[in-house]
Amino acid sequence: MTDLTNLGIADIRDGVAAGTFSAREVATAFNAAVEKGRPLNAWLVETPEHALAAADVADAARASGDLKPLSGVPLGIKDLFCTKGVETTAASGILKGFVPQYESTITSKLFGAGAGMLGKLNMDQFAMGSSNETSAFGNVISPWKRNDGGNAALAPGGSSGGSSAAVSARMAPGVTGTDTGGSIRQPAAFTGISGIKPTYGRCSRWGVVAFASSLDQAGPMAKDVRDCAIMLEAMSGFDPKDATSLDLPVPAWEKGLSGDLKGKRVGIPREYRVDNMPAEIEALWEQGIAWAKDAGAEIVEVSLPHTKYALPTYYIIAPAEASSNLARYDGVRYGLRDLPDGANLQDMYAATRADGFGAEVKRRIMIGTYVLSAGFYDAYFTKAQKVRSLIVRDFEQAFEKCDVLLTPTAPSAAFGLGEKSADPIAMYLNDVFTVPSSLAGLPAMSVPGGLDGQGLPLGLQIIGRPLDEQGVLNAGLAIEERAGFTARPGAWW
Amino acid sequence: MSVDLATVRKIAGLARIATTDAEAEALLPELNNILGWIEQLGEVNTDGVEPLAAVIPNHLRLRDDVVTHDQTGGGIRDAVLANAPQAEHGFFAVPKVIE
Repeated sequence: MTDLTNLGIADIRDGVAAGTFSAREVATAFNAAVEKGRPLNAWLVETPEHALAAADVADAARASGDLKPLSGVPLGIKDLFCTKGVETTAASGILKGFVPQYESTITSKLFGAGAGMLGKLNMDQFAMGSSNETSAFGNVISPWKRNDGGNAALAPGGSSGGSSAAVSARMAPGVTGTDTGGSIRQPAAFTGISGIKPTYGRCSRWGVVAFASSLDQAGPMAKDVRDCAIMLEAMSGFDPKDATSLDLPVPAWEKGLSGDLKGKRVGIPREYRVDNMPAEIEALWEQGIAWAKDAGAEIVEVSLPHTKYALPTYYIIAPAEASSNLARYDGVRYGLRDLPDGANLQDMYAATRADGFGAEVKRRIMIGTYVLSAGFYDAYFTKAQKVRSLIVRDFEQAFEKCDVLLTPTAPSAAFGLGEKSADPIAMYLNDVFTVPSSLAGLPAMSVPGGLDGQGLPLGLQIIGRPLDEQGVLNAGLAIEERAGFTARPGAWW
Repeated sequence: MSVDLATVRKIAGLARIATTDAEAEALLPELNNILGWIEQLGEVNTDGVEPLAAVIPNHLRLRDDVVTHDQTGGGIRDAVLANAPQAEHGFFAVPKVIE
């Protein structure tokens, strides 16, 4: 029964409904894959009993004709989502031992739709990173290897690196991710899977450990576009507990899927042709343009003039919001407390935070504290929010000429663990293509386009108008249908 | 604009992160590199541009002024305290703050 782990979400849903296999068989197969995949360090907590219990409910529901949209589908949950009774640390030492007393809205919705949980997925600490190397619980190892005969351990991308590794290593048919500046799309691209960040406000942030609240959005990562659509439908919807949740109906995205792009205009932003972009990524982009044309789309060149300022804007706004959000970790209410002998309350705060936060988290809190401090607020934070307005305006003007944008997802294939971790700015630059749409709150997805010369996956990104997830998914499907991407890593672990 | 060691110590103090001299010295070039890099925003003409307030137009809602009985509601003191490093008599406990 091991080949059940090759199935995606739609296949499992339909197979359970048809009685081709039982939900228990599916959960058992994935639980075994999770256990076998431990060398990849993708999971922080394994919850096989949760997956089995949901499977048994699904099998009973089939018998009584009461199946739900995700009945029988076991999922991995990024450790940024609070899960009732299951340790949630955001991969940080400061939350070690934290057991939420409540369920995040997203996981409530997924479990309510019949899904089970295989476990909690490793990630960059507080979602701050692009390689999963800032986790307090060790690196996630990508299941992919270069075809050069070497054995270099590669990054699965980040911050949702456990999520991307779990799907590409066939330890889960689908997983939750979160995306603040590219944390769903870049890891999806690095591991040859699909992932979508919906419009800001589609998915409730309630119960998601906060990083940068004006940017954080949850979304699904899965084997293909259809599976992403299915999961996103289950995750989306109005939540009165999140002040920025959008009070809008959830479209039937799966039903609306169509890879026919006739009458659609696909925009190619000229500023995304950055210096030093590998020729293979240029070539894949050209290939993606050809696929879009083949699907019936008209190609139009557009301009997003403030693209080069998106990253510095992001690295003011995100740390500023993080420094404020992470002020809550004080050693009083939850998580770690470090109380040196004779320490007063202020000493306790400072010692706890020094001990509990990793280096990258401290770096970003310090930057955020500085740009918000008296005398610098206007020069940095207000300036960045003004530039952010210009970035939003760029997209608005581009979308007068086109329906979706097509770009590469990342400026490189997966890099080796340790290759970029010594230089924060080199790491930040990896998000050059994903950050602008995050700053504008737009729906955007990555789909696999092909392999580079070293046998590593490369992704193409589609960015859509606000609330046009359907347009994004459809363009993604058009590319998926033409790319015919079937490569997957050998199970060396 | 670059920061000096005294500023790094001051920021660490504001951020409530205990920092040794060696850590502050290591942070100094890192922070200056990042701050130098983000200063390129100075090139952008933002005259007359409003700072962004919300990416997707939305309006703040008011809810009824009553205790809700969902997960955010009242009557769940023990759950609120369940993860406290130290809880006593139904309260969070901290070191003495008055002499």
